[in-house]
Amino acid sequence: MIRVEDITAGYGSRILIEHGSMRLGAGETAALTGRNGSGKSTLLRALGGLGAIRSGDILLGGRSIASMTPQQMAETVAFVTTERVRIANLRCRDVVALGRAPYTNWIGRMQREDALIVEHSLASVGMSDYADRSLDSMSDGECQRIMIARALAQQTPVILLDEPTSFLDLPTRYEICTLLRELAHNEGKTILYSTHELDIALNLCDSVVMIDSPHLLHLPAADMKNSGIVERLFGVRSGV
Amino acid sequence: MKSRTAILFIVLSVAVLLLFAADLAVGSVRVPLGEVWSALMGDADAATVKIIREIRLLKALAALIAGAALAVSGLQMQTLFRNPLAGPYVLGISAGASLGVALFILGIPLLGAAGGAFFASFGIAGAAWIGSAAVLTVIFVVSRRIKDIMVILILGMMFSSGVGAVVQILQYLSREDSLKTFVIWTMGSLGEVTSVQLHLLWIAVAAGGVAALFSVKPLNLLLLGEQYARTMGLDVRRSRMLVFISTTLLSGTVTAFCGPIGFIGLAVPHVARMLFRNADHRILMPASALAGSAVLLFCDMISKWLTLPVNTITALLGIPVVVWVVVRNKSIS
Repeated sequence: MIRVEDITAGYGSRILIEHGSMRLGAGETAALTGRNGSGKSTLLRALGGLGAIRSGDILLGGRSIASMTPQQMAETVAFVTTERVRIANLRCRDVVALGRAPYTNWIGRMQREDALIVEHSLASVGMSDYADRSLDSMSDGECQRIMIARALAQQTPVILLDEPTSFLDLPTRYEICTLLRELAHNEGKTILYSTHELDIALNLCDSVVMIDSPHLLHLPAADMKNSGIVERLFGVRSGV
Repeated sequence: MKSRTAILFIVLSVAVLLLFAADLAVGSVRVPLGEVWSALMGDADAATVKIIREIRLLKALAALIAGAALAVSGLQMQTLFRNPLAGPYVLGISAGASLGVALFILGIPLLGAAGGAFFASFGIAGAAWIGSAAVLTVIFVVSRRIKDIMVILILGMMFSSGVGAVVQILQYLSREDSLKTFVIWTMGSLGEVTSVQLHLLWIAVAAGGVAALFSVKPLNLLLLGEQYARTMGLDVRRSRMLVFISTTLLSGTVTAFCGPIGFIGLAVPHVARMLFRNADHRILMPASALAGSAVLLFCDMISKWLTLPVNTITALLGIPVVVWVVVRNKSIS
């Protein structure tokens, strides 16, 4: 589903990834790890069409993103950013409904089918009871679930999340990441998220993408555990 | 929830109608509410018909249109800049209009030029228009190069300060009579609107309103921030341009013809949010328009009653709302 071919990417004058390649299939969850400033966000933004790469190609569903229109991108990739959205009077159902934007008309009129998809998305993240609550009255973990529901409502084969577990306590982190794995496995989505949680990356994801600047490594989680790369890169024993 | 929204819309619409009628009735010559309708139909004594039709109707229509336009423009600015205290003022659009008017009223006498009353009233309008459009063009050019919206806000503020200094220099150099004309313009004067201006006003505001309608969906997406909006397929730059055009047409035109009327654009959207408990622009936009009309009609009534400039009334009513927003919204950053 995601094919990264020989890309070079960077931030400003710094090159962060050189000649990096990876492939992710449908129904697969992958964690994107690496040290601060190693280019995790840069890679995610490039995959989501929010940032450019220096060279190489990124293909989603077989199509190069360089040739895709914003509309086609919106129908292919949903992105959950690190931005915290806390707007008074903005109800959860309305936030999730915004995910239908690529499919609604000029004023955003929701059809019956759109409304059903919104309810289904809320149910998928276990937030149906919160539909009428406003975003500023909820915890960080609950907000994160709503933003994931919004991404689901966009009905894209690929979902990217930038540090979905920051601001969350330990049990909530596991809940969210278990939820992401279930969504990938049950709904056949390709989910890639950046995280600093090595435990989560190695135990709750199918594969791990590691940026060891300027190298991009992609291994199944089990192989990554035994490779010794984690210990070398982070100077710790993962203890898993 | 739906029924609450419907009821609120009905209440607001009725309030606008009642305030419109009341605004026609109030003035130096009191006309009983019952007689307002017959006077409008030309079915009263000649003097009353003249007062209602030729003076008060123009003023009330100007208040109706200006209130709606300013409130919608404020709503757009607040969402676009993700700043509850944004408005045409912060962007420097009003400052641009003031500079235009200052150059016209204060500058032209300095150069020794003179003209009739017609020339004067049209010149003020045109100058304010050009001024606000010029500022918006500058902001737009800058925003094409710099994506950070905070930078644009800061530039808008710098621009306002710079313009303020130039206006002060002009005031310092000016003769007493032209200074007085300018000071009266800065206080906002719905009463100065002529029927020709009113036609221009409603045409420009209608065009701005259509642009505003097309900005509803982009603004809803921008609630989540520019990044989210982009990932949902929104062309952020084009949407921003659309909002800018809409805002110049709305607030630029109103400022041109009615003077800088402050706080309607800033405070009314917050009142609409509070009443409707909603953040959806499909609801907030018509709600702000109706509430803006109602508030400005109300302010106009009070200003006529106390014979004070309307701008002072909108400020006194609007400031508590703004203070409330600041105090409640501790996380303004």
